Amino acid sequence: MKELLFLISTTLMYSTPLIFTALGGVLSEKSGIINIGLEGMMTLGAFSASLVALKTGNPWLGLLAGGLGGLFLSIIHAIASIKYKGNQVVSGMAMNFLGSGLAIFLSRLFFDGTSMTPPLDLDKKIPVYLGQYATVYLAILLTGFIWFIFSKTVLGLRLISVGEHPKSADAAGLNVSLYKTIGVLSSGFLAGIGGASLSIAIVSNFRPTLISGQGFIAIAALIFGKWRPVQTAFACLFFGFSQALVIFIGGKEEIHISSQLLSILPYALTLILLVGFMGKTTSPSALGE
Amino acid sequence: MKKFLFSILCVLTGLLVGAIILKLSGISPLEAYKIMWMGAFSKPSYWAYIIIRSTPLILTGLSVAFAFQTGLFNIGTEGQFIIGSLSAAYFGYILHFNPWIQIPLVLGLSIFFSSLYGGLAGFMKARFGVHEVISTIMLNWIALYFSNYIVMIEGFHKPNTETSEYINPSTSITFLENWKGSDSGISWLSQHPTLNEFMKPSVNAGILLALISVLLIWILLKKTTFGFKLKAVGLSPEAARYAGINVNKKMSQSMMIAGGLSGLAGATQVMGVSKNIAILATHEGYGFDGIAVSLIGSNVPMGSMIAGFFLGTLKYAGQKIQSALEAPSEVIGIMIGAIIFFIAVPLLFERPINQLMKILEKK
Repeated sequence: MKELLFLISTTLMYSTPLIFTALGGVLSEKSGIINIGLEGMMTLGAFSASLVALKTGNPWLGLLAGGLGGLFLSIIHAIASIKYKGNQVVSGMAMNFLGSGLAIFLSRLFFDGTSMTPPLDLDKKIPVYLGQYATVYLAILLTGFIWFIFSKTVLGLRLISVGEHPKSADAAGLNVSLYKTIGVLSSGFLAGIGGASLSIAIVSNFRPTLISGQGFIAIAALIFGKWRPVQTAFACLFFGFSQALVIFIGGKEEIHISSQLLSILPYALTLILLVGFMGKTTSPSALGE
Repeated sequence: MKKFLFSILCVLTGLLVGAIILKLSGISPLEAYKIMWMGAFSKPSYWAYIIIRSTPLILTGLSVAFAFQTGLFNIGTEGQFIIGSLSAAYFGYILHFNPWIQIPLVLGLSIFFSSLYGGLAGFMKARFGVHEVISTIMLNWIALYFSNYIVMIEGFHKPNTETSEYINPSTSITFLENWKGSDSGISWLSQHPTLNEFMKPSVNAGILLALISVLLIWILLKKTTFGFKLKAVGLSPEAARYAGINVNKKMSQSMMIAGGLSGLAGATQVMGVSKNIAILATHEGYGFDGIAVSLIGSNVPMGSMIAGFFLGTLKYAGQKIQSALEAPSEVIGIMIGAIIFFIAVPLLFERPINQLMKILEKK
């Protein structure tokens, strides 16, 4: 029982950054803009969150700053992809370089040349309620909220329509660029929050290897979740669960499995599921155009 | 020509962005660029380091560029690189032949396994419709943990370290490695200071392999039917299918070749520079850098070569401002990001480029 609780709570903890980021990705891609720069947005978000949390002592301001860090990059990405009709994949890659470059650059400027920020005191981190960081609950609420937007609101419908068929949406009198911009900017903001939920909750500082690929895992999760918010969140839970499993089994002395081999599991399983059970994936039809 | 001008313009603007960032941080950009210039070119040993740095970048860039020609986005360079270096380290350790057999054999095995690994992503795309971006992301992590697992295997693992055993000396492709340390080598080199400086770092045959690969891939794409078919698939899969090209097969083949090139990059690193592999906490970024090289070189072989040297120089010289000015060397990452950003938005430079072209044509 205790072990089950440990597994569940570790799963939730590790899924949270992925859920924020992947849901952001859903918003962007539903509106038709590929955002392969989530990784960079998470990284800059993680840094700006820990910077502000350190300087103000307020984790909530830190969380907000994390969102703004991601937002900053997504504004650049939106200008490239929407205003100048640039190549979205290439621009997204640029965001990954900019994100990690800026984060570490600024860290060295602010903290005497070190690429790591000093650790936050416990009471300046995101608070824990009932054994979970507040960000965990936020992520769950957000999943419901995004689901609500897409299935119950006009805004959601419009986001989908500019991603599926921008010309018809335009003919119907919608401001296509506006809705695409909303999609991209919210993805940046959420990816930044995702990064923050790592740097000021799960761990207590920013370091260059903190994100290491989670932005890409979030992209995998949203494809895995077929661009639907709830399924995407479940895909994130799956990745979180396998991380938790690695920690869980790694802590057990009676089980002799190499933790390295165990770490392969989620990725291999994803591939197998993609090959075997997913069928054809259906991305928004005007994605990337 | 227009593509080349465009790349140059993007690079210059990127360097300008770097200068602005430095200026805003209270660091003199002129000073920083001067240190980088001196740090790159003022000594023969620096040239050698730049060549060593550029070798894997040229090859991974070529890998990404080649896949792009078939319309595939190879994010899997990182994983293919790992498989290549793992194979080189492992077979270089367990096999004991003389260099004439050992080196081609180990290189061949590394290319073989990494091309299978790359081909896997192509196959999954062709057969099951799994997007290559998501499959290669997964394969990158699988390669990383698999390599870590193999490094720790008893017999291959160097006790009390985080690394594997060293490869057999007969696997080394470092130029004149034994001679450099021998008495006659030391005395000869001391009379030739420039060469002495140049030979200090482990200059190796990797750069030759990289340049040969650039040439071969160029010939493949330009002069052969096979290359023509690959490009046809890249331009329009539908049209290619209609013309009777087996699109699925071409995708797998393209990813195999791309994988082999990345694997070769990994193998040259091990056989020429590191001589062993270590536990990796996370990806080293060869894949990302390869994407940057490919994009800056407008996704053609020659472009990858030039951009590979450029990025290698930038990355090597960039370290120097850290110690000399206490300026964060990550400004290089920002510059690369800015360059790629400008490459993403050709519209920004449309007018200046057209004007430049006009001036050039008048001449």
